Amino acid sequence: MTETMDAKIPDPVRDGLARGWSVVDATTLREDVTLETDVVIVGTGAGGGIAAEMLADAGLRVLLIEEGPLRSSHDFRMRESEAYRDLYQESAARKTADKAINILQGRCVGGGTTVNWTSSFRTPVTTLAHWQSAYGLNGFDEPGLAPWFARVEERLGIAPWSVAPNANNAALARGAGKLGIGWHAIRRNVRQCWNLGYCGLGCPTNAKQSMLVTTIPHALDRGATLVTRARAMRLVLRGDAVDSLECAAMDASGTAASSRRIRVRARMFVAAGGAIGSPALLLRSNVPDPYAQVGIRTFLHPTVVSAALMPERVDGFAGAPQTVYSDHYLDSVPIDGPVGFKLEAPPVHPVLAAITLPSHGSTHAAWMRRLPHMQVLIALLRDGFHRDSAGGRVRLARDGTPLLDYALTPYLFDGARRAMIAMAELQFAAGATSVMPVHDEGDGYASLGAARAAISAFDLRPRATTVVSAHVMGGCALGPDPRRAVVDETGRHHHLGNLYVVDGSLFPTSIGANPQLSIYAIAAKLATGIAGRLPT
Amino acid sequence: MRAFDTQSVSEVQPPVSEVQLIPVNLSRRRFVFVGLAGAAVLAGARWLVPDEPIGESAPAGLTAHAADIVRALVPALLDGALPEDAPGRDAAITRTVAAVGTAIEGLPPATREELATLFALLASMPVRLFVAGIGGAWRDATVADANGFLVRLQKSRWSVKRSAYDALHQLTFAAWYADPRAWPAIGYPGPPARA
Repeated sequence: MTETMDAKIPDPVRDGLARGWSVVDATTLREDVTLETDVVIVGTGAGGGIAAEMLADAGLRVLLIEEGPLRSSHDFRMRESEAYRDLYQESAARKTADKAINILQGRCVGGGTTVNWTSSFRTPVTTLAHWQSAYGLNGFDEPGLAPWFARVEERLGIAPWSVAPNANNAALARGAGKLGIGWHAIRRNVRQCWNLGYCGLGCPTNAKQSMLVTTIPHALDRGATLVTRARAMRLVLRGDAVDSLECAAMDASGTAASSRRIRVRARMFVAAGGAIGSPALLLRSNVPDPYAQVGIRTFLHPTVVSAALMPERVDGFAGAPQTVYSDHYLDSVPIDGPVGFKLEAPPVHPVLAAITLPSHGSTHAAWMRRLPHMQVLIALLRDGFHRDSAGGRVRLARDGTPLLDYALTPYLFDGARRAMIAMAELQFAAGATSVMPVHDEGDGYASLGAARAAISAFDLRPRATTVVSAHVMGGCALGPDPRRAVVDETGRHHHLGNLYVVDGSLFPTSIGANPQLSIYAIAAKLATGIAGRLPT
Repeated sequence: MRAFDTQSVSEVQPPVSEVQLIPVNLSRRRFVFVGLAGAAVLAGARWLVPDEPIGESAPAGLTAHAADIVRALVPALLDGALPEDAPGRDAAITRTVAAVGTAIEGLPPATREELATLFALLASMPVRLFVAGIGGAWRDATVADANGFLVRLQKSRWSVKRSAYDALHQLTFAAWYADPRAWPAIGYPGPPARA
């Protein structure tokens, strides 16, 4: 698949640019500009992408603001050295304020959808029921959302994946089977996937139906404008409405705002910058927030990791990265009880593995030399459903950039410990010869008994325990009660008539599953309502 | 990659009046770290943060002092991964130091400032001696010296020191394993070829 690979694969972004899409790289602006539109959408990920397509289809003039660059399949060379720098927030090294959790989050056109691992889950029914009972949400129950799920699944090719899982995922299925716990195949948002395994570095074949190759091209074909490498600095308020949006072009490095300004006048403003970016934009803008709701209850699915060595080659870098999961440890506990966790397998690429494995020197090198035999499991903790799991809080650093405080509480570490034991048990059941729970004191253990004893004795604490996240949720909660939510059930801000939030920050809790499909469906539902409220 | 955060160390920050006595021209954020590194050791130390040597070139993203420190630490972090032969090893270390600099250039300004503070402090004699346990210059540190320092950071209960370990770990391992020259040793065939 060398030269023919490029020759045969159309690049819808390059084609669109050649057709004359309205796309502006803000770093090329030579003077401050003012733009006018019907709707401006801040962010081009799962929420912003869906909203852009639906609002453009409704005949509205749509303007998209994206802080990251526009990259497409021709650029996606499957190199960690390029992808993390170009496509992720803070070079894939974004962290909570205390540095205890590393957050993988997209920052490019398409946002997280350009770099996610394609896992597509409808919002669990238990999560929706909790939203209804604990937060009084109406219309977000299973029957209310089912048509929206069906619609976006059709739009994005979300379907069962019929190809055999790679060995990394097969081990998850095998271990679960041996233990007699339930496991299932993960649906994926792909069409004609080559099963390469590099989803996280940008899909080189455009099989992944990310916003980059679906809704955003559609909106641009319908006349939308995309401004890239521009940071939304603040919403300028007038009375009980937003008057304009002030943006800054990024500097040449793409890491900081320059003094070049872009002012956007619009009838409606949609925040879709993700669950760290959207609360930060609202905080910078001093939007009315009488109940101090903006930025609180941010959720991460704090994730712990277990590495195992298998006698056979696993080659966890090859093949679709996430195709099997187990919800046994979510479904076997009450949602508001001790924290449950979802089991999945991640892609095992060299840099991702190397920065995740603990320690350094010869210990680290010895594990890295076994990379092809390394089987890795992750456990995603379902945060936000218990009184001891209030999530994090987005606040602003002195330079106005967001900081996320997120307390790793005893409640979460209890789950982390159970998850490490469960993963070790599953990996040994799948045939592992050695299992290393990823923690400072972690070592390779040759038996479940040894691993269990060690994990039970671990002093789990921030930073010593490796905790990662690829899901950021909450912070601009949706709900009917302004004392407990930032936006109402239409997505409209409780105190500003023309400001909407359409992204993962809407969720009142974590999802308990990879969130992209939840964002797509809720964005579709809200965007349809927004289109109806704004006559063309 | 924020190596430090001022919020997380506020409890150990000395009173403002104390740190303001330190007559070095540092940002507010650096004052915090001066306090952090031990006000008793450092108070009044005009020579705390050394001047950058004149005329020495450093890789992009690093000062000459920072490059010395990274160069001293890389052999310990990558012990067991670096080539055995001296010229190959030296070239690999040089490449890795340069790649760390490049990675730092891609980080947000606040993170770059935190890392600059870390390196400036580690370059200072009192911190090098009393915190890092490196008696001489960084460029004379042995692998054992560097490893001892790293292990102390790693085991530290002090969140700032522990965060420094994570930053050095992440920068170095990302720099090393992103390079195709590191792949044969770990059995990674690289991504599928394309034009």
